[in-house]
Amino acid sequence: MSIPVYMLKRVLQAIPLLFIISIMSFVMLKMAPIDPLAHLRANPAISMSAIKEEEERLGLNKPPVTQYGIWLANLVTGNLGVSVQGADVFILLMQRAGNTMLLSSLSILMTWLIAIPAGIYAAVYRGKIIDKVFGIISAIGMSMPTFLLALLLLMFALATGWFPIGGLTSQDYYDLDAFGQFLDIAHHLVIPVMVLTFVGLAGIQRQMRGNLLEVLRAEYVRTARAKGLPENVVLYRHALRNAINPLLTLFGFEFAALLSGAALTETVLAYPGLGRLTLEAVLTKDMNLVMASLMLGAVMLILGNLIADILLKVADPRISLD
Amino acid sequence: MGVDQVAIAALNPLIPTTDSVPLVRKSPFQKLWADKVARTALVVLTMLYLCAGFADPLTPYSMYYNDPDLANAPPTSVYVQDEQGNWTWPYVFAVKRSFDPNTFGQSYTEDHSKRYPVKLFIPGEEYKIFGLIPFNLHLFGVNSPARIFLLGADVNGRDNFSRLFFGAQKSLTIGFLGLFISYPIGILYGAISGFAGGITDNIMMRIAEAIMSIPSFYLLIALAAILPAGMPGGQRFALITVILSFIGWAGLARIIRGMVLAIKEEEFVYAARAVGMTEINTIIKHVVPQTMTFIIIAATLQVPSFILSESGLSFIGLGIQQPDASWGNMLKAALDNVNDLLEQPWLIAPGLAIFVTILCFNSLGDVLRDVLDPRMQGIS
Repeated sequence: MSIPVYMLKRVLQAIPLLFIISIMSFVMLKMAPIDPLAHLRANPAISMSAIKEEEERLGLNKPPVTQYGIWLANLVTGNLGVSVQGADVFILLMQRAGNTMLLSSLSILMTWLIAIPAGIYAAVYRGKIIDKVFGIISAIGMSMPTFLLALLLLMFALATGWFPIGGLTSQDYYDLDAFGQFLDIAHHLVIPVMVLTFVGLAGIQRQMRGNLLEVLRAEYVRTARAKGLPENVVLYRHALRNAINPLLTLFGFEFAALLSGAALTETVLAYPGLGRLTLEAVLTKDMNLVMASLMLGAVMLILGNLIADILLKVADPRISLD
Repeated sequence: MGVDQVAIAALNPLIPTTDSVPLVRKSPFQKLWADKVARTALVVLTMLYLCAGFADPLTPYSMYYNDPDLANAPPTSVYVQDEQGNWTWPYVFAVKRSFDPNTFGQSYTEDHSKRYPVKLFIPGEEYKIFGLIPFNLHLFGVNSPARIFLLGADVNGRDNFSRLFFGAQKSLTIGFLGLFISYPIGILYGAISGFAGGITDNIMMRIAEAIMSIPSFYLLIALAAILPAGMPGGQRFALITVILSFIGWAGLARIIRGMVLAIKEEEFVYAARAVGMTEINTIIKHVVPQTMTFIIIAATLQVPSFILSESGLSFIGLGIQQPDASWGNMLKAALDNVNDLLEQPWLIAPGLAIFVTILCFNSLGDVLRDVLDPRMQGIS
């Protein structure tokens, strides 16, 4: 099966899955003994007519099954409703999702850039001091709660004053020129990216080490050495390529883990991302927003898995897509 | 070493011939105990659980004890030297709060007129050991009006040090409770799905996948938000456990299904069917036991993830609620005072407790995996 056909198939498969997820989320939120519009009613900035409109759109006076139907129909037309603050949920989500994607992709990039060489090093120098040091670091990384690390790094930032405390932009962000804005955002991203990178590092580094150790025992590696190839060529041409494949499946999981893990990091560091938005929505019982972000989270997770599978296919032609 | 053994060892180079390595197989627990890391982890975990179990006698104050005059007080200084520099029995001073109307700052000053020695086995608040035996002795404490707050007081003037022990009761048990709910469900669900095959399998797996496809933390907070605010502490704790379990079972079910698919083609399963065993009995008696090694390993690594989820949930205020203590909701104080964290580093203590616990469980799980299943070595 060629890659585009496979992608199409997976996307088609995702539709019923998302359908089930939406029913589950809907039932879950309906179980909550909460008036979804209570906050709209309490907010003087929102007019009565807007509330009426929203009530009509959600069909709150109708039975739950009809309500679900209305929600679904609205979803298909791209109308996700209004948040408690009166903002359009779709626009809100897109802004925040962009920030989270920025954070996640930078963290994944950093993680892999550090973890892969570290894993290779640890495997090649197995049992030596460097391997043990990496082992201890990864044990700490695997056991460190993200929120604790975020707090500790915040303390570090407070103590040194090198990094801004929370947020994504400074107060004078809009007075800066383009390059200044870029630097400002980069400066703010250092701590969140450090937190997520350190936490993600451990799993990949260990996996890389384990895979490479396994491959180094294989017959073809012995053959390559017997041919008299230099160790570098044996390692990077023959062993590494095979060792890296199983890691690609981790990519999808990591994508998902980052979405979840980022929620707490974003909260501690006041980062304007999807996780923090969802959390705030849950805390303020903002039903439209919670529903939409659950769905968006699921879509991103499914996408992550799809990307991982396709990467695997590109890297290893023996794998058949079906 | 007997003659036969020497002969065998000579023929087989893989069997060590030195007397220091006996040819007796060690039990898994012995192997675990022989490993330095695993032994340390086991000892630390045992100590943590003992601290949680005997929280009342070990701590100077109860979970709810509060002294509103000492809200947010820093840790009490314990002195072991008097003014002349002579070593004495540890003692503390009573602390008074004063308010500066110009800076709106609060300061805590020690009243040096009277010393309060730290007393061992001091009678204090009444409690019941394991909820049964009434008792009132505490391992250490000081007489009123002095207080011994080793990690300072929280915003309500409660002793952080004592609450760390009571928080351990919740944070440490939730991991195992979650396991006891989610594992039977996950194992049976996966086993039935894999064994049944066909449409049943298809539907069951799509449902499990749907649960796995929602980022777990989002699902967690959405479910926790359903719980009404004014719920009693015990009930809330139980429901949080149920929620954590609800999220935990799906991934396990999927893996068990895969294993069952492989196992059900084995001959002993055909044999069980041939002698007329019912399907459900075949699953429980013959298929599930084959997955045991994996389940034990996965369970050891699952406990810390439950603990982490509970702490995360309580940390953001959706889990265990005040006045009950849990490590997560105690760490929330650090988040609430984030700008003054440098002046109050002791607020981080509950976070370190979480870290140490998880580190121990993870290390134990790693060694256990190597011991029980050498094939999985090095693969995390």
